[in-house]
Amino acid sequence: MSDGAGLAGGLACPVPLGATAHVLLGHGSGGKLSAALLRERFLPRFGNPALAALGDAAVLDPPAGRLVVSTDTFVVSPLEFPGGNIGTLAVHGTLNDLAMMGATPFALATGFVLEEGLPFAVLDRVLDSMAAAAQAAGVPIVTGDTKVVERGKADGMFVNTTGLGVQHDDFRPAPDRARPGDAVLVSGPIGRHGMAVMAVREGLAFETTITSDTACLVPLVAALRAACGDGVRVLRDPTRGGVATVLNELAQASGVGIVLDEQALPVPGAVGAACAVLGLDPLYVANEGILVALVAAEHADAALRTLRQHPLGVAATRIGTVADGPRGLVQMRTTIGGRRIVDQLPGDQLPRIC
Amino acid sequence: MKYLAEYRDPDLARALIARIKATATRPWVLMEVCGGQTHTIVRQGIDELIADQVEMIHGPGCPVCVTPLEQIDRALAVASRPEVIFTSFGDMLRVPGSHTDLFQVRARGGDVRIVYSPLDAVDLARRHPGREVVFFAVGFETTAPANAMAVWRAHQLGLTNFSVLVSHVTVPPAISAILESPDNRVQGFLAAGHVCTVMGWEEYEPLAARYRVPIVVTGFEPVDILEGIAMAVSQLEAGRHEVENQYVRSVRRDGNRPAQELITRVFQIVDRQWRGVGTIPASGLGLRPAFTAFDAEVKFDLKGIQAVEPAACRAGDVLRGRLKPFDCPAFGRECTPEHPLGAPMVSTEGACAAYYNYGRARLPVVNSA
Repeated sequence: MSDGAGLAGGLACPVPLGATAHVLLGHGSGGKLSAALLRERFLPRFGNPALAALGDAAVLDPPAGRLVVSTDTFVVSPLEFPGGNIGTLAVHGTLNDLAMMGATPFALATGFVLEEGLPFAVLDRVLDSMAAAAQAAGVPIVTGDTKVVERGKADGMFVNTTGLGVQHDDFRPAPDRARPGDAVLVSGPIGRHGMAVMAVREGLAFETTITSDTACLVPLVAALRAACGDGVRVLRDPTRGGVATVLNELAQASGVGIVLDEQALPVPGAVGAACAVLGLDPLYVANEGILVALVAAEHADAALRTLRQHPLGVAATRIGTVADGPRGLVQMRTTIGGRRIVDQLPGDQLPRIC
Repeated sequence: MKYLAEYRDPDLARALIARIKATATRPWVLMEVCGGQTHTIVRQGIDELIADQVEMIHGPGCPVCVTPLEQIDRALAVASRPEVIFTSFGDMLRVPGSHTDLFQVRARGGDVRIVYSPLDAVDLARRHPGREVVFFAVGFETTAPANAMAVWRAHQLGLTNFSVLVSHVTVPPAISAILESPDNRVQGFLAAGHVCTVMGWEEYEPLAARYRVPIVVTGFEPVDILEGIAMAVSQLEAGRHEVENQYVRSVRRDGNRPAQELITRVFQIVDRQWRGVGTIPASGLGLRPAFTAFDAEVKFDLKGIQAVEPAACRAGDVLRGRLKPFDCPAFGRECTPEHPLGAPMVSTEGACAAYYNYGRARLPVVNSA
C-alpha cells in the first residue's frame, strides 16, 4: 500500500493530507485531518451500509437468539509478525471469544489508539488485514473510533474490537459445564503464536520458521456444533497464558479435576526447541488459532473426527480427561510415567539463565 | 527435536527405573547439583517414581537462588539511576531484594531490560553512548565464558559506558562445603552437565577421592537424570567412589579449553557469599584488576550497600539439602511465587518454586507402583 495522500480509491479528498507518511496529532483532532483519515483509510476498507451512514452509532437489526457481547483490546509488540499483525488478531480474537460461547457473530465494532508518527504504511497493512479477516468471516465492522496520542504514549497502535453475536439454547458451551469423563481436546499444535511474536520481538539469534496460528475459529465451531451439538460442553481459545492457564480456569469454574497426558501434547518441533532454548513451557505460551474443547465422552470420537476434517483442525488431538477431583486441579501424567501439577503462573514466564 | 526425543523416551525411562529398583539394596541419598536438574526431576515426577530407593536432595545450583541479597540490592540501586540501562537475564527480575525487585524498579521508571546474551548488552552500550549499560553477570561456570566474552569485547571496542555487576560462583567449593557440613546426609552427586561442558570433570576427581563419594556428570533430560542416578547407585552398591560421565554427548574430561582460558583471562577466583549459606572461601569469580574499569560495584560505588536476610526464609537450609521446601514453615504461606521471601521460590530452577509450581505438597498421595 502506498503512503501519503491520494489513497482515495475513487473517493474525492477535500483536504490534502500533505506529504506526511505518518500519523500526525492533527489526525485525532476531530477536524479536517480526522475526517480525511476516516475517508481515506478506514471507509474504503471497512465500507458497509451501517458504517457508511457515519452516525454516532450503528443501528442494527439483530438476528433472533440471545445476544452475546465480547470486547478485547490488543497491544501486541511488534505490530506485525510472521503469520499476521495486530489487525488480524483484533478481528480473530473477538470473533473467537464469541464462538467459544457458542455464539454466531454478526457485527464488530472497533476503536483505535494511534501513536503520533505511526507510518501510514503500517496502518494500511493493519487495516487491510482487519478488512480481509472480517470479510472472510462474513462479519461487518459497523462502527469505529480513532484517537491519536503523542509520540511515546502508545506502542504504535492499540486496537479494541467488540463483537456481537447470537446464541441459541441447543448449543451453549460454558466454562462451568465440564463433567467427569469429558474428553479434553485441542484443535491444533500449541505455542505457535507466542513463540512467533517472541522470536521477532526479542530478535532471537536463531533461525526460526514459526508463524503465528492466528485464525478465525467460527467455522470450526460451526462444524463441531453440527456434529455434536450440546455434547460440546466447554470451548475456550487458549490465548494469553496458554493451554495450561485455560484448563486451570475451567477446572475451577466447573469444580472438577483435569488429567493431561504429556505425551499427547501437540508441540511443534520448532516451538519445543525455541522453548527449550529460552527455558519456557509451551503449555503457557499464547495461541490465537486453536481451541480447547471439553466434550462429553460419548461425543469425543465424533468431535475429534470433525475437527480433523476441517483445515483448521487437522492436527486435533485428545490431550486428557476430566476427572471428578481434586477439584480445580490440573495434573499431568509425565512422559516417563510420573505426575505433576500444572499450575497457573504468578506472572509472565521469564526466560531463565542457563 | 529428534536430538531430544530419545532422552525423553518413556521406554528407556522405565527400563532405567527398573534398573535402579533392582540395583538398590538399601535407600540412598543423592544430590543433584543443578537447578535445571531439580526442575526436570520435580516436573517429571522422577523423585516419586524412585522414592523407595533414592532420596533426591536438591542442591545449590540455581544461579538466581544463590545470588546474595546485597548483590540484588546493589542491582536495584544501580538500575534506579536515570543514566543507567540495566540488563539482566529474565529470571533475575522477580528476585526480591530487601525492599523491592527489578520489575518494580522498572515500573517506577528504571530502564531495566531482559537480554538473552551479555553480548546484546555490549551492543546496547555501543548504540547508546550517552547511557551507562550495566549487565548483571550471575551464574555458575556455565554463564561465565559468555560474560567474560562480553567484558573482553567491551574492552576491545574501548567502551567506557559498559560495566558488569558480577556475582559468579563455582560448583566444586560448594560440593566441598556440603560434604564438610557436620549434618551432611548426601552420599553421592549428580554433577551439572552444562558446568562440566565448560570445566570438564578433572576438578571433581580429588573431591570424589577425598570424601569417598561417587560423582556422576549428568545431563538434564529425564533419561539423562535416571541414567545418572542408576550409575551413582551402582557405584554406591559396589562401594566405589569415582567420577563418571553420563553426559557423554556434551562433556569431555578436560572440558572446553578456549572457554576456560577466556574465564581465566577476565576473572580471578575470589571468596563469594552465597545467599542463605554464607561466604564460601575461593568459591566465586571476580573481575581481574586489569578490568576494574568494567566493574559496576566500583564505577557506581556500590560496596557500601549491605543487607540482612529475612529471618523467616530458610533458603540456606533448602540450598544445603537440610530442608525439603514443603517442610519450611513459610512454604505456601508467607512465601509463594507471587510473594517470594527468598530466591528459591522465584526462579524456575529454584527448589521451592519447583515444588510449589508442580504441586508436590498438593498432589494426592498414591502408592508407588
